[in-house]
Amino acid sequence: MKPFAYQAPTTASDAVRQVADDPDAVFLGGGTNLVDHLKLGVARPGALVDVTSLTSAEITERDGGLLIGAGVRNSDLAADPRVRERYPLVAQALLSGASGQLRNMATTGGNPLQRTRCVYFQDVTTPCNKREPGSGCSAIGGYTRYHAILGASEHCVATHPSDLAVALTALDATVHLLGPDGERTVAFGQLHRLPGDRPDKDTVLDHGDLITAIGLPDLPMARRSTYRKVRDRASYAFALVSVAAAVDLDGDAIRDTRIAFGGVAHKPWCATRAEDALRGQTAGVDAFRAAAEAELADAAPLEGIDGGNAFKIPLLTRTLVAVLRELTGVNR
Amino acid sequence: MDAEITLRVDGADQPVTVDTRTTVLDALRERLGNTSPKKGCDHGQCGACTVLVDGRRVLSCLMLAVAADGAEVTTAAGLANGDLHPVQRAFIDHDGFQCGYCTPGQICSAVGVLEESDGELSRAEVAERMSGNLCRCGAYPGIVAAVEQAAGEQR
Amino acid sequence: MTGLLEPKAIGTDLRRRDGALKVTGAARYAYEAPVDNAAYAHPVQATIGRGRVTSVDTAAAEALDGVIAVLTHENAERLASTEDAELAVLQSGDVAFRGQVIALVVAETSETARHAADLVTVHYDEQEHDCVLDPDGELYKPDKVNPAFETDTAVGDVAGAMASADVTVEQTYTTAMYHNNPLEPHATTALWQPAGDGGDLTLWDSTQGVHPARSTVAEVFGLAEDQVRVVCPYVGGGFGSKGTPHAHVILAAAAARAVPGRPVKLALTRPQMFALAGYRTPTIQRMQLAANRDGVLSAIAIDVVEQTSRIKEFAEQTGVPTRTMYRAPNRRTTHRLAALDVPVPSWMRAPGECPGMFGPEVAMDELAEALGIDPVELRIRNEPEVDPDTGHPFSSRNLVACLREGAARFGWDERDPRPGVRLRDGWLIGTGVASSVYPVHQMPQSTATIRCEDGRYVVEIGAADLGTGTWTTLAQIAADALAVPVADVQVCIGDTAYPMASVAGGSSGMITWGSAVVEAAHAFREKFGDDPADGDEAEGSVSENPMAERYAMYAFGAQFAEAHVNADTGEIRVPRLLGVFAAGRIVNPRTARSQFQGGMTMGLSMALHETSVMDPRFGHVVNHDLAEYHVATNADVADLQAHWLDEHDDKVNPMGVKGIGEIGIVGTAAAVANAVHHATGVRVRDLPITLDKLLPHLP
Repeated sequence: MKPFAYQAPTTASDAVRQVADDPDAVFLGGGTNLVDHLKLGVARPGALVDVTSLTSAEITERDGGLLIGAGVRNSDLAADPRVRERYPLVAQALLSGASGQLRNMATTGGNPLQRTRCVYFQDVTTPCNKREPGSGCSAIGGYTRYHAILGASEHCVATHPSDLAVALTALDATVHLLGPDGERTVAFGQLHRLPGDRPDKDTVLDHGDLITAIGLPDLPMARRSTYRKVRDRASYAFALVSVAAAVDLDGDAIRDTRIAFGGVAHKPWCATRAEDALRGQTAGVDAFRAAAEAELADAAPLEGIDGGNAFKIPLLTRTLVAVLRELTGVNR
Repeated sequence: MDAEITLRVDGADQPVTVDTRTTVLDALRERLGNTSPKKGCDHGQCGACTVLVDGRRVLSCLMLAVAADGAEVTTAAGLANGDLHPVQRAFIDHDGFQCGYCTPGQICSAVGVLEESDGELSRAEVAERMSGNLCRCGAYPGIVAAVEQAAGEQR
Repeated sequence: MTGLLEPKAIGTDLRRRDGALKVTGAARYAYEAPVDNAAYAHPVQATIGRGRVTSVDTAAAEALDGVIAVLTHENAERLASTEDAELAVLQSGDVAFRGQVIALVVAETSETARHAADLVTVHYDEQEHDCVLDPDGELYKPDKVNPAFETDTAVGDVAGAMASADVTVEQTYTTAMYHNNPLEPHATTALWQPAGDGGDLTLWDSTQGVHPARSTVAEVFGLAEDQVRVVCPYVGGGFGSKGTPHAHVILAAAAARAVPGRPVKLALTRPQMFALAGYRTPTIQRMQLAANRDGVLSAIAIDVVEQTSRIKEFAEQTGVPTRTMYRAPNRRTTHRLAALDVPVPSWMRAPGECPGMFGPEVAMDELAEALGIDPVELRIRNEPEVDPDTGHPFSSRNLVACLREGAARFGWDERDPRPGVRLRDGWLIGTGVASSVYPVHQMPQSTATIRCEDGRYVVEIGAADLGTGTWTTLAQIAADALAVPVADVQVCIGDTAYPMASVAGGSSGMITWGSAVVEAAHAFREKFGDDPADGDEAEGSVSENPMAERYAMYAFGAQFAEAHVNADTGEIRVPRLLGVFAAGRIVNPRTARSQFQGGMTMGLSMALHETSVMDPRFGHVVNHDLAEYHVATNADVADLQAHWLDEHDDKVNPMGVKGIGEIGIVGTAAAVANAVHHATGVRVRDLPITLDKLLPHLP
């Protein structure tokens, strides 16, 4: 681990300025991802700017929805009665991620910014375009089980590991930012990007942009929502695939729906094709399957030393069908 | 780069000079001589380093000491205040460990679980909440029984 | 042998004597040795799969404040013995596998040591490496398999029996590459006294055997054994990987020699353990079973292919349990190895039996299905009267009783044999069974002393407690051998300052050390009677058991699993796992239950989760941490029960014990695989059983 300076400014705007002015500085939040990466040599900053106490740790009512301070710890967000009642998918996503200890540390602002768990990204002895642009992608033709089937590029096939981010994508949450030029907001679905030829950039944030809060919209259908994570062990594992979904039913007709996928792309995958295919349809297994197929029409599984990840297509299809069945009360 | 900080460890103020890179875990183990929390993976993947910071269970291997200046840290050593903590007694009663290496972390995690829960926990719920603490010896049945016993005593 | 010890303390459900130390974290492990002014060492690993180091640039590392030394093959001391290539560290620039240690930094703090290691620049002459285990590739026949079994055995005509049988099973099964992953990383604290002070070496090493570790280290450095002391009161798990010293022990000692009088601490990181601390070879098992319509076997054969490293052979005895399990007139077992550019494989819990009871026990399930015979009944029908391998009678063999007891406890009789027909709440449900076996191993040497101190009895022996309960159970044995209350016995273990003890391996600990303690107790009573004086001391050693030549000695067991497979996603859960074991007398039911359950949990983990993914392009295990190499979590284990039969065996040793550390993992994966088949109708022959292997066949 390379030495670094530690700075603890007293205001968020000071913190933003300190990072914006120093290309080698990064924000330190809950630390669960950054400290890991410092040890691995994946992150090599010259300075850490501690923001853990500089953003709100409160959840407040705002425009019929909720405004969650970036400093709210994952465990507190999952336990909030308003979140559990009005946005159950958020609580479920949080509780399906990491462990109790990590949820006590990780923050609302930091969680969506955690970086991929690609084993080659985390191993500085193997080429990786995300870590070292131009060095190559070792995951292509390698260990692909946790890698992308949607939206990948020849430069990077990594997936985004956050569960919370999948739920927030489905809800169309709002990201509140403080940057060197002041405050602004970004739609959560626009926060993360596909790898293209710049896999080193996970998000649209500029250096020095600090997430100060996440806004959950007034969305009544979110009360009928769920987060389903499929993984290789019963707990404490990253998603092979996950589905966040909310449904607005009119009798047995689907008036509206929100769907996002995790574990399958460089960003939480907003399943707009599936949503479009379902709106106005009668709830039923055939319609659910057709929606999954519409979304996965362009899926491109990888070949690898582990037999590849084509299994994610049927797995995600079946998981989406099961989730929609559960939310709409349709039998197998 | 060095920094002067103070950690309140198991009830006693401990001024200590740390490298900015030093984690709370290494500050405890390598600088303060408190080897109760263990290093199993050093990356937040096993739970052996679990301690209570300001009353909440956290992973000390992912917490930089310099950022924890002034924090109240409780290790499994500190939970035993003269007598063993009820959770510690329950672990012995149910043989909730073998090699003992993950045990201080399991104990701190269990104390945190009991603190976090506001109602009765099912067996499956205890197991899920304790899943951030790996035990390679496979003492899970004893660990769950111990947490259930301690929860019963707490009620 | 004249009767067994009268059990008073033996069989008592005592709490662990080291319990309070462990629940508070006061028990000190190797890295935590109470030394002052320690320096810290961090290895630098090769980043090529095979070749030669052409240059090492240590200037940047040495320039760092706080760096004491950087050892490389160019400046490290020449070792006295380089016979063991795994231990011949920094002796040449040759790279035999990716991850091999090519330099070592010693620094004032662990942070500095690690940073400096990153700054060491290495250039290589890289050669093509081969890390792919291919059964059709270049293979050889080892002289023996671990530890000294015949490589191949053959009786009768398997091919002829296969050709003429009513029913046959001929399938290939594979087990994955596994890493022991004890929670305590391999670690050593080393202190070399300055030459003026005798030049002796002290190692606080996480080891399953202080005396075997001492012998190895003494040989490598050309020291007399009494110049080396190894201390290890507590071991944070080992499961075989701490059974023999690995490279880091030599590195720590070499580093300490560079700073005489100053202790050096070296702990491998979790990723480093995947290259430097041993592992279980992947295995490919070609099985053949031939039977008549009644399920009576006419042939059983297993042909095993596995890997070893090019620099050091380890031949896992995967085919050996097939030699003993079932009766069949025609039999064959073979082992072939591929020598690859891979890390050195070694012991992992029940080497041989653990992987070697996967293929055969799934094949038996396949045979039962083909015949329409209950799989418990099929095993009972093939019960041998004598050991099929040696022709010797068994000292005791209660496999059938375990199967029957387990079936009754599990509710097996109500089982509908049809696969894939039980769907409840979205989960497909099935049950499966498999047998367990583990041999009774007694090591040739171990000595204990017993001394009277303040009216108490102090037992000293360099034994190990890796969570196995030795601190407590040896006291129970001594108490009964001396005929005193267990509270009057103090046990001292884990230090070469005590008499020589064998390695905690092969489930031999209690058998071997316990026998030495019994001998010492007898000697003590013979010498000093029932009213000894303070300071009276006697010694006893284990001696060869003449019965071992006349009887086949094994523990047996039966494991029953219930598997639930999610009909949508293929996720697999095992809500019930039940084992019944016949393993001689149980010294302490509390710690024994933990041992059995721990083995079964590791077997469950092997069945569903564990696999070390070797990327042949690079030559290393890419999922080399505990986030990606999955071991079972608490939530993966539900109703997991271990039971045992009261087994009286007066041939094995004076305690009547058979060893219980390993049998729990044997057969578990097969029981789970058989249950998954019963749930889904899908026969998975390649571990681990993951949802992608089931998905294409789900409704």
